[in-house]
Amino acid sequence: MFTISNLTFSYNKRNGDLFHDFSLELNAGNVYGLLGKNGAGKSTLIYLMTGLLTPASGEVLMDGENVRRRLPKTMSDLFLVPEEFELPRLTLKKYVGINAPFYPRFSMEDMQRYLDIFEMGGDLNVKLNSLSMGQKKKVFMAFAFATNTRALIMDEPTNGLDIPSKSQFRKLVTTCMSDDKMMLISTHQVRDISDILDHVTIIDQSRVLLNTGMADVTSKLAFRPLRDGDQPIFTQQSPYGTLGVVPALPEEETKVDLEMLFNATLQNSEAINQMFTTLK
Amino acid sequence: MNFKDNKAIYLQIADSIGDQILSGALTPDGKVPSVRELAAEIEVNANTVARTYDHLQQNGVIYTKRGLGYFVSPDAQEKIVASRRNQLMQGEMDYFLGQLKAVGITPAELQELYNNYLNK
Repeated sequence: MFTISNLTFSYNKRNGDLFHDFSLELNAGNVYGLLGKNGAGKSTLIYLMTGLLTPASGEVLMDGENVRRRLPKTMSDLFLVPEEFELPRLTLKKYVGINAPFYPRFSMEDMQRYLDIFEMGGDLNVKLNSLSMGQKKKVFMAFAFATNTRALIMDEPTNGLDIPSKSQFRKLVTTCMSDDKMMLISTHQVRDISDILDHVTIIDQSRVLLNTGMADVTSKLAFRPLRDGDQPIFTQQSPYGTLGVVPALPEEETKVDLEMLFNATLQNSEAINQMFTTLK
Repeated sequence: MNFKDNKAIYLQIADSIGDQILSGALTPDGKVPSVRELAAEIEVNANTVARTYDHLQQNGVIYTKRGLGYFVSPDAQEKIVASRRNQLMQGEMDYFLGQLKAVGITPAELQELYNNYLNK
């Protein structure tokens, strides 16, 4: 669905390129987790993907169209939930009245249902600027999912959400996801979203450090306490002894520990990537 | 749903469906929730749940009717018991017996403990 090719971008020439010759492919039917350290360029990549920033060279295509052209065809099938945003001094009803027409597949019924999932009731006359940050985020996400765009991109969606809302957010993603859609979730809160991902993409500026399906991770790597004879790729101390990322034994399938996978990839992306290439 | 750390999630979901079949919450030839329904309910990626269903189908615990979805196999209970027995004997039993040996519990003591347990 998205083809990102040879992207080069910098905010400030003096600081050098944030992205240099960066390429990545994102396909329909997947929920992607976009992970990276602070300053790795996650948000910038998202703005480049949604046509908000212009690359110095290279391009981002959505279904073959350059997103930077911001064609109605592209913009009506793409929704971005930024990490922080302001909502206008309007009632929800007014807001929907103004914004929903841009999205041909918007469904009021869906939005009511998603507001219910978030326990935000059905009061469409609520003033958007009277809501708390977390409530704003939930209302905006209910709208975002209800637009039924094929591409939904969310920057730190669980930041500012209380504990029950994080679970409600997962319910929303798993309810709304379908084979023709692509969702991209950029986050540091890996525990919030680990179970809902199809695919994990770890970036560090110009480099894609890891880009692989979760099912592949499960079958090739194990996350668990070390045993005699293990040859760990990464180790970490825990109250339960030394934990490690190790090549999975035949038939061994553990739950993916996204935090450990991330740390292991930052420390030794070559060894991790080798696990996914040598066995192919 | 709360997941343990030591087992792939798709297998933990399979265990939970197995539990429901053993307890009678899911009955032979009864319908199993669709992949999307279950994914939304337990907040897990739909492809993970699809993997669970593949796994259960391969083990003969559930079967598909074209266009209608997944159903519990008539002999699902026996299949689950057999496979769990197998798992127990291969993995946990070995560890358990090792622990008994380490603390010096004799076969006679073990027999008495087990008899008492069964009579509880």
